[in-house]
Amino acid sequence: MIGADLGILIPEIVLSLYALGGLLVAVYISGDRLAGTLTQVTAALFVVMALYIGVTPDGTRDAFGGMVIDDGFARFAKIMILLSTAAVLLISQDFMAKSDLLRFEYPMLIALATVGMMMMVSSGDLIVLYMGLELQSLSLYVIAALRRESVRSTEAGLKYFILGALSSGLLLYGASLVYGYAGTTLFSGIIAAAGDGKVELGLLFGLVFLLAGLAFKVSAAPFHMWTPDVYEGAPTPVTAVFATAPKVAAMVLFARVVHDAFGGVVGDWQQVVAFLAVGSMFLGAIAAIGQTDIKRLMAYSSISHMGFALMGLSAGTEQGVSAMLIYMAIYVTMNIGTFAFILSMEKDGRHVTGISSLNNFALKEPMKALALLILMFSLAGVPPLVGFFGKYAVLLAAVDAGLVWLAVAGVIASVIGAFYYLRIVYFMYFGTNEDGLDGQMNVLPWVGLMASAGIMLLGVLNLFGIDGLAQAAAATLIR
Amino acid sequence: MGIADITFYVFATTLVAAALLVVVARNPVHSVLWLILAFLSAAGLFVLLGAEFVAMLLIIVYVGAVAVLFLFVVMMLDVDFAALKAEMVRYIPLAGLIGIVLLMQLALVYGTWVYSEGIDQHLGSPIPPLHEVHNTRAIGLILYDRYVLPFQLSGLILLIAMVGAILLTLRHRQDVKRQNILTQIYRDPAKAMELRDVKPGQGLRR
Repeated sequence: MIGADLGILIPEIVLSLYALGGLLVAVYISGDRLAGTLTQVTAALFVVMALYIGVTPDGTRDAFGGMVIDDGFARFAKIMILLSTAAVLLISQDFMAKSDLLRFEYPMLIALATVGMMMMVSSGDLIVLYMGLELQSLSLYVIAALRRESVRSTEAGLKYFILGALSSGLLLYGASLVYGYAGTTLFSGIIAAAGDGKVELGLLFGLVFLLAGLAFKVSAAPFHMWTPDVYEGAPTPVTAVFATAPKVAAMVLFARVVHDAFGGVVGDWQQVVAFLAVGSMFLGAIAAIGQTDIKRLMAYSSISHMGFALMGLSAGTEQGVSAMLIYMAIYVTMNIGTFAFILSMEKDGRHVTGISSLNNFALKEPMKALALLILMFSLAGVPPLVGFFGKYAVLLAAVDAGLVWLAVAGVIASVIGAFYYLRIVYFMYFGTNEDGLDGQMNVLPWVGLMASAGIMLLGVLNLFGIDGLAQAAAATLIR
Repeated sequence: MGIADITFYVFATTLVAAALLVVVARNPVHSVLWLILAFLSAAGLFVLLGAEFVAMLLIIVYVGAVAVLFLFVVMMLDVDFAALKAEMVRYIPLAGLIGIVLLMQLALVYGTWVYSEGIDQHLGSPIPPLHEVHNTRAIGLILYDRYVLPFQLSGLILLIAMVGAILLTLRHRQDVKRQNILTQIYRDPAKAMELRDVKPGQGLRR
């Protein structure tokens, strides 16, 4: 029995053992000299695990009495998490080495955070959900403060930690109310208790608190306050991590909770999620306008994008979940490319993040400027590019679910948000003459940037089949 | 009133009084000592409930480790608690508001709380009846069997906490003299000391 249970968790177990072994080896043998190799090995292991998950047979299996669910939905999310984390590790290694941040603990903490994210997406129980969430968050709190001699970085770590603890408190409070009503922490038990369409007051309170805690983790407005400061203060490679895989994990967990545990009472959470979606879309679009730091800008951009993903979710249908998955996959790809560029922003040997340093960049580096232009247009959702298809999918899901007002709001927010993406393009091509960036880009970030921009162009043909996979994955969630 | 009732009231009043004194005591060290008393009384209540394993855990973990840690922190970090308390007055309205919200929630639980219909079959299920199995054994049975995954995950979380604490605080400073025990052990007494016969008026010359 336990053997079969563990068989489902092989990727997680391998990654945990690898992290434990890596820590031991690095401590006893060579410490930080091994850090570069460990980073590459970790990335390679992530890719291997993603392949393993990809080739294991389909079908829904559960382990430990339903506490862990391994279905197509979880596998889709796990592959997305593993591949994006591997990509971020690879594009950021040069930067880490150059800025003297390459400690051997870094890849190990990322590996453990990834285990946490994988547990989150396949959790079938409130306890496993919380354990996965904390495993992920705690690792991220630590690496946010990685540059410990910098006040900004430590402030980012501390802020993230305290607000994260607060949100965990909200989540736990909600979980305890749900448990108090249903008498079980298993999602299957909760959906049976809440399934008849009528929600008692206590369960409703629990649901709202649970969603508030999760909204914090996806940084949806009004629980977004930590995002800009943490993104700005944390070292840029860490910001790149924050902006990709944890967002996927939290969003997928969100979908899992609302559908697996509260799938019978869609109307009760739909309004909450729609509210979060509208708030995030507009806040992200409007607050980003005044930003001058590209990391802060990406923070608001991520808030806005989470709003769109939540809009897909708020449809409460299979189509909505599949739109959310497509949106997240596109979002992560765009962000990897953009952060590969941000990591290479350098002036007189120092890393700069001011938007004004992009002035006239197109004259010096036409290729990179063109790639960034494509990414910015795609982030804004300009029609021929892939980013548009993500937005189109969520808008379509919202309209099909009868939420026309939400879709209209999304279009308006998207137009407002386009302003600041286009402003970056404006700076690059028509900016004033000023001393701009002069850094060189290493091979891996360059590949990351170009591949991401290339995907945004070529994906127009068939989205690389991601929509079909997402549909199949969403079908396993909503049974 | 039986002996069990009397014991209950003794422990319960001690617990409430000690908890109150934790908050109002002027000297922070006294606060921590009152906290230890509160933990001990709570452990007594658990014994009365028949949950002696939890009681022992409370004493070992909370009294043994946490409270002593608090004591060290309070004594070693020179925090000005009087100033902190003076600031507390400013936040009393907010605290009162939160208190009212908590009271309303308690009222919700005791007044209108509704359980789901099939809750009975869930509630009893995780552990076997206590008259068949000793409660320590019952906890062990579900902790290492059904809940082994969360148990191991919490182990990983603690590991991260440890790695994080080391990563963020440990630094190897180069300019301090450290005791190197190995060189001390392998020091050769014959080479470490040298006897010279110093002639008067000359001193040592190299």
